[in-house]
Amino acid sequence: MNTDTDNTEAVTTRTITYRQALNETLRAELEHDEKVFLIGEEIGVFEGSYKITAGLLEDFGPDRVLDAPIAEEGFVGAALGAAMLGMRPVVEIMTINFSLIAIDQIVNHAAKMRSMFAGQVSIPLVIRMPGGGGQQLAATHSQNLEVWYAHIPGLKVVAPSTPADAKALLTAAIRDDDPVIFLENLSLYSAKGEVPDGEQIAEIGKAAVVKTGIDLTIVSYSRGTTTALEVANQLEAEGLSIEVVDLRSLRPLDRDTICASVKKTGHAVVFEDDWLSYGIGAEISATIGEGVFDFLDAPVRRVAAAEVPLPYAKSLERAALPSAADLARVVREVLNLAPATATSNDK
Amino acid sequence: MPDVIMPRLSDTMEEGELSRWMKQVGDEIHKGDVLAEIETDKATMDLEAFDNGILEQLLVAAGALVPIGAPVARIGDGSNIVADGAAPAAPTTAPTTAPTDAPTAVAPAPATAAPTSPARPTGELRTSPLARKIGREHGLDLHTIVGTGPQGRITRTDVDAAIAKQETAVTTAASAPVSAPLAVIPQPATTSTGSTDSVAVPVSRIRAVTARRLTESQAVPHFFLTSVVDVERLIAFRADANASLAALGIKVSLNDLFVRASAVALRAHPEVNASWGDGVILRHSHVNVGVAVATDDGLLVPVVTDADQKSLGAIATETRALAGLARTGGLSLAQMSGGTFTISNLGMFGIDSFTAVLNPPEAGILAIGAASDVPAVRDGVLVTVPTVKITLTVDHRVLDGAVAAAFLRDLTTLLEEPLRIVL
Repeated sequence: MNTDTDNTEAVTTRTITYRQALNETLRAELEHDEKVFLIGEEIGVFEGSYKITAGLLEDFGPDRVLDAPIAEEGFVGAALGAAMLGMRPVVEIMTINFSLIAIDQIVNHAAKMRSMFAGQVSIPLVIRMPGGGGQQLAATHSQNLEVWYAHIPGLKVVAPSTPADAKALLTAAIRDDDPVIFLENLSLYSAKGEVPDGEQIAEIGKAAVVKTGIDLTIVSYSRGTTTALEVANQLEAEGLSIEVVDLRSLRPLDRDTICASVKKTGHAVVFEDDWLSYGIGAEISATIGEGVFDFLDAPVRRVAAAEVPLPYAKSLERAALPSAADLARVVREVLNLAPATATSNDK
Repeated sequence: MPDVIMPRLSDTMEEGELSRWMKQVGDEIHKGDVLAEIETDKATMDLEAFDNGILEQLLVAAGALVPIGAPVARIGDGSNIVADGAAPAAPTTAPTTAPTDAPTAVAPAPATAAPTSPARPTGELRTSPLARKIGREHGLDLHTIVGTGPQGRITRTDVDAAIAKQETAVTTAASAPVSAPLAVIPQPATTSTGSTDSVAVPVSRIRAVTARRLTESQAVPHFFLTSVVDVERLIAFRADANASLAALGIKVSLNDLFVRASAVALRAHPEVNASWGDGVILRHSHVNVGVAVATDDGLLVPVVTDADQKSLGAIATETRALAGLARTGGLSLAQMSGGTFTISNLGMFGIDSFTAVLNPPEAGILAIGAASDVPAVRDGVLVTVPTVKITLTVDHRVLDGAVAAAFLRDLTTLLEEPLRIVL
């Protein structure tokens, strides 16, 4: 690129991984604001279980990148206290499963302090944590508990599905004055995508139509969005026009974008990694029913995980998690189409 | 147990008048029992029970117009009996269903049900919300649409198809008159005249259908041919025939002779025994002659099927029976269906000649006037001859003048040489 003579506002992009986007963003925010610091288990010397914080201890030192003991309630509480005093802590919890130990700090304190103290404090706290199964980590380490947090007023919950959104939403989360649960996903860390250079700040609470279509809307988030796109493109080859809405934010939920899409297509399927009952899809379905009932041409369907503790055995784990084939099948059912003849899309 | 609903009793029916309840609340009902009489656009028919049980509630009063699919009564185990008084008094002329400007009233027809238990005319319908919405916007009666979705659900695809069909039908309305909607609710006279000088007379189903079909027939390009028939021999023939048939209790009318003669002529002129069918001419293999019968409620046209195959005596007997049924409201739908030609006779009222309005989709109708004596010269002597003027109305899309004239000439000859009618 001839950037010397053509210094316009054209944004240059690079293709990097989701992991790299997170790492670069943490670095940028550590540089941007000295009140930002990182805390979590083995994020310093070991550079994090998933290497998100690689190189940061070396460059920013132990005052900005803090290794914490295996005591989630303790270090989440410490970060919360720092946030009350004006710091901008970014906590890494190794996986969302371990956040259960810290849930009192998150739900009973972080989420409520602004309201209970009449606005005297704000809690600019970010808690990063990956969810998701499929890595043979068995029942206690493979959960998708994001709906627990999305249920809580006072929290914001974002769930980027692409490296670009990982960057823009993490920047927005760190600069937000309220506690933000930042949901990552184990299977997305190595996903690649184009990421714009320079400062990018997303608006928390905005969904994105990541693919347009007219026949049916798939609503998903995080890893689910990548599967939804895969299925949409596969079905497009068969002549179906599928729109994909990536929620990006589970709380606040962008009901307008969801409803606008379903109003156009008349059909909706929610693809979610959590369990079916009381899950994200239930909220989306209700949103659609209340918002665009008159435009529905078929009941809203949900494709979610089997309602069992996730098995360890690879074959059983695969069977329990919602797959592209499951999604394609339900899309066909909603559109009242014959099942696909071949099973080539079984993954 | 399911509600008893207003059934679809004919292709053109959109609502039925529940003319008379035959059972009362509390009666034990057996499958097949006649619950009520229903007057449709074409006939009075029985509403039979499909369930055993106790008649618990009448949801509409006698005289009410009820859309197809709307519940009219409830049969149960007898534990929920709702007395007659709960049913609304019969508002015989009430604007029960259709919005006054919407001939195809869409499902929500609030006024037909008992106030305690609002009827849901769409109760039997399985539709998507979107299909309902589109249906509302286009004035579609979803009951007329067959759903192709899961469990027969009506979806957008189905209503879109119906709308496309409707639009096609509008452009070819003249050729597909029977599919046009009904408008049967009388306007209160004061709304149209602004005075009390006029009295609104509620019309029967029959009159409403007559009005609609005759209006439709005005869209058909038609012409008239008149012939004067010397009926001296026909009258004599009739007298002879009646003398010989008297022992059998059969009495032949002049009209029966016209029916038989027309049937014979139609068999010889198949191009007349035809109708216009959306771009093609349908020639009918059967010769079925309709006979217009005036009744207190309006015009009915029972049909003598295969009139060319039946003896004069058989036609006389059958026509008499059909006319009797017409006057008592007992005609079945089948007895009024399938006509290929119609005869309208106002001779008994002293009308000299008249033109009849086509009875779509038939291509011809014959109007018969009264016999009257006219002067004629025979063998150099001035005599009076009884004659009848017959006027043929013809659908010009099906027939041209010369072809129709040939038919009328042959018919005239048959009537003037009546032996040929029965040979």
